[in-house]
Amino acid sequence: MFLLVAAMALPTVARASESESEEINPKEIIFHHLGDVYGWEVPFSHENRIPLPIIVNDADGAWHVFSSARVQHSDFVDGDVTYRIAHGGDYSGKVVQILPDGSEYRPVDLSITKNVCALFIAAALVALVTFLLVRFYKRNGKKAPRKGMGFFEMLVSFIYDGVIRDTLKDKAPRFAGYLLTVFFLIFFMNLLGLVVIFPGGANLTGNIAVTMTLAICTFLITNIKGNKHYWKDIFWPDVPLWLKFPIPIMPVIELFGIFTKPAALCVRLFANMMGGHMIVIVFTLLIFIFAKFGAAVLATTTVVSVAFSLFMLLLDVLVSFIQAYVFTMLSTLFISFAVCGGEHHEPVAQQK
Amino acid sequence: MELFKPDFGLVFWMFVVLVLLCILLGKYAWPVIIKMMTERADLIDKGVVYAQEAKEHLDNAKAEADKYIQEAKRQQSEILREAARMKSQIIEDAKQAASVEAQKVMDAARAAIEQERKEAQLQFRNEVSQFSILIAEKLLRDKMSDQKAQSQLVDKLLSEIDKN
Repeated sequence: MFLLVAAMALPTVARASESESEEINPKEIIFHHLGDVYGWEVPFSHENRIPLPIIVNDADGAWHVFSSARVQHSDFVDGDVTYRIAHGGDYSGKVVQILPDGSEYRPVDLSITKNVCALFIAAALVALVTFLLVRFYKRNGKKAPRKGMGFFEMLVSFIYDGVIRDTLKDKAPRFAGYLLTVFFLIFFMNLLGLVVIFPGGANLTGNIAVTMTLAICTFLITNIKGNKHYWKDIFWPDVPLWLKFPIPIMPVIELFGIFTKPAALCVRLFANMMGGHMIVIVFTLLIFIFAKFGAAVLATTTVVSVAFSLFMLLLDVLVSFIQAYVFTMLSTLFISFAVCGGEHHEPVAQQK
Repeated sequence: MELFKPDFGLVFWMFVVLVLLCILLGKYAWPVIIKMMTERADLIDKGVVYAQEAKEHLDNAKAEADKYIQEAKRQQSEILREAARMKSQIIEDAKQAASVEAQKVMDAARAAIEQERKEAQLQFRNEVSQFSILIAEKLLRDKMSDQKAQSQLVDKLLSEIDKN
């Protein structure tokens, strides 16, 4: 863990030493680390990046695929289209197309950015671990796996038996695929985000696009699979008549609730993970901000910052699990409100 | 604030990856894992129940064995008692039979002795009578050497016969 913190600090060290006269801009550094980039920085260097493919659809509707290394330092001309990474403006840090009149056009961008690549890695890891467990079963029959596989199986059992089956009862197998996948994908993305060097380090679950997509999936499943009882509870809930007619107060609130639930899911995961990343970066940055006040201050800040960063990273490992768990648990709960209502009248189900 | 503006590319890829992963794992991995875990849990439950039953059986078997041993011991002692009873019975019977037999033998012996005694008596009497006859003959011969004595005797004998 300490090494991770150190490794995280090093690119910043490099940067600081490169331009010692330049003032440190904490905001820029923080958002640079939290954000998405084309290409993946290699450890200990701010300039060298692992090139990743950029896939864009230009203003004329043609697809262009090229390496991120081409636009990293200069404009890239692909046929008659010029691309560059915008500095400043609305599309700062993104690939833009330079139109003949000199204005910037943001093309449809399906690039394999650092985040997308990290997502692929996380998904591949989830699939790998899962299929390793399946292979273990195929080979060993009903023997219980040990060590790593055993831990993974314990997690599956924890989520499936403890959350999914308890909440969804007999409907559990129908939604277990989605919920377990979501749990492990979030969990792996969270953990990989805490690893500072190559296979990790992308602030994936701290990116609103990712959490929003996850929340939208839960939203879609909840509302598509919702049964009659679920919709009746929304449009004609069991409340005194004056609350729903002639002014539909409760239906409006309920309808609003349909959207706030996934929004809460989305923001909760996003804010937690981003906050965790941000705190660690801020603690590390403190060292460089205080550096100009002299050696004594620097030494003190370094010790304190490293200690706190370490503590926060360890805490984030816990948070990684908790947030993945909470997301899965709430998704399960929302789905259960939608599909299990009307069978057993739970007072909770009607409140929501 | 780039962080709060969802990037279309990332949303697109996230959606693709999530859907693909859900389909892939949902079809080929989770059902297998869940089925296996459920089956294993069932197996373990069954194993526990089986073990409990086996233990119960074992305990029962001990009790049963004890019961059989008790029963066997009881039977054994009964048989022994019976045997002892029979032994004494047989001895008693034998004793009785023996005494009866002995009685018989003694009776027979007594009868034989009686018989012998009677015969001996008879013989003795005959012999005595023969001896007495012989003695009498000799006496007579001595006494009857003279006529007088002879006639005296005849008279005496005749008078004796008359008396009878």
